[in-house]
Amino acid sequence: MADQLIEKIPDFDKKESTVNVAEEGFIDWTSLTKPPTAKNMREALIILAVAVAIVGGSEVLVRLFNVPNYILPAPSKIFTALVESFDVIGPHILITLQELAIGYSIGAVIGIVLAAVITQIPFIEKIITPYIIILVTTPMLALVPLLVLKLGFGLEPRIVAVALAVGPMVMINSATGFRRTDMAKIALARSYGATTLQLFIKIRFPLALPMIIVGLMVGGIFGLLTAVGAEMVGGGGGLGSRLVFYSSLARMEPFFATIVIIATIGISMYVIFFLIGKKWASWEA
Amino acid sequence: MSADTANGKAKIKIDSASKVYETQSGYVHALDNFSSDIQERELVCVVGPSGCGKTTLLWALSGLHPLTSGTVYLDDVPVKGPHPEIGMIFQEANLLPWRNLIKNIEFPFEIKKLNPNDYRDRIQHLLETVGLAGFENKYPRELSGGMQQRASLVRCLSFDPSVMLMDEPFGALDAFTRDEMNLLLLKLWTENQKTIVFVTHSITEALFLADRILVMSPRPGRLTREFKVDLPRPRHLDMQMTPYFMEATKEIKDIIYASIEVEQHADG
Repeated sequence: MADQLIEKIPDFDKKESTVNVAEEGFIDWTSLTKPPTAKNMREALIILAVAVAIVGGSEVLVRLFNVPNYILPAPSKIFTALVESFDVIGPHILITLQELAIGYSIGAVIGIVLAAVITQIPFIEKIITPYIIILVTTPMLALVPLLVLKLGFGLEPRIVAVALAVGPMVMINSATGFRRTDMAKIALARSYGATTLQLFIKIRFPLALPMIIVGLMVGGIFGLLTAVGAEMVGGGGGLGSRLVFYSSLARMEPFFATIVIIATIGISMYVIFFLIGKKWASWEA
Repeated sequence: MSADTANGKAKIKIDSASKVYETQSGYVHALDNFSSDIQERELVCVVGPSGCGKTTLLWALSGLHPLTSGTVYLDDVPVKGPHPEIGMIFQEANLLPWRNLIKNIEFPFEIKKLNPNDYRDRIQHLLETVGLAGFENKYPRELSGGMQQRASLVRCLSFDPSVMLMDEPFGALDAFTRDEMNLLLLKLWTENQKTIVFVTHSITEALFLADRILVMSPRPGRLTREFKVDLPRPRHLDMQMTPYFMEATKEIKDIIYASIEVEQHADG
């Protein structure tokens, strides 16, 4: 019998789908994806009161101790500068968003597609993964001077830097997702005569989706970081270049106003992906 | 071959089925020269200790894993891959957690490219029969283990396969839920006229459900005895307390323990 068709004993492990995703990821992102939130009105009020106290308290302290503007402007002055300089900063917001949107889209699409493909071929995955980890752990900002040299002072070097920062981050998380193979669910689909494409669309992709969303969220944060950093290094327009400009003139009010804008962009991205995750990946919780 | 399988039409014919797996420590004979016929609308239970090849047999019947040698026939045609007339029920309910109940039930239709709306009445009737009507929008995590397994019964029956292959479906449930599920299965079987092959390691469950029990021995997985269950239908839980049921349990137990001892002697 041994010379005939022989296979490995199949492993019909039923438990795999219940594994907490975040635990298998490159890093545990649960602090990002599942933040603790207020459970009732009272808690919400206390959280809000603390926020008000921090902003109001810093206002009082700055005024009380006469902290010079170049160290820390009072929150009210930052707010005033935000309103007054908005006309000047506005176009730079658009530049940064443009770099981010284009670079992010390129990086995210390549990351997801690459993850979906290489996880189907374990050996190729073993070859490629070390390089992806190098790309994830090396700050792509380090490449910006080189990219500027090659691509000039326009948007291109920054878009490439953003894509390079986003792609590997999305890819490594998506790959973790695509690697989750639940044999029982695949057998279920196959028992109905599912094709390879159907298996991918109906089983593998939904199974991977929570990790893809985590990758997209973290990738977005890395992308913003890289976009602003590249603008600081590479000159030209954008919020990063505004930071360099205002700090060189010691105009700290618009400097901090710019930081507030950057933070708002970051938080908005986070909230968007948090809501997407809530809608499409909540089955995992 | 028992007398009653000789006449009537064999729905499933298992002809010298053998399966060998390769492991690091050598070859494992999971299934050895297993032959049996299963009649149309028969409810057959396969019983044996763990590792006796029950699951291997079932997966071979489903066409999902090929045999090393031998053939399985369904309606006289060799089963070579997933078959539209076969519905499987897995050890755990195996619902897709990202789909709600009704989307889970529609899953086979999506794969088979059928329109579930053509089966709406059937699905609704099944949901009512198993007591899940009104839970269509619930997600699996919101359902109890018993409810999940009932949902998987509906999913299997919804597209009306003529054969159901069940792999220890109620093993993870508590004893009371299990009794409840067994009664429900008998009701569905009576209403829907399916041929069922039901794998279990519970002799009580097998006796309670089956027309006929195939008792298997471990490594190599062989058919040691075909046991015809002499209990009237409809079955009641009280029947589990009758002298016949007790004696039959003991008889099957003895067959299984004898086969395990043979294996241990062979090993020693």
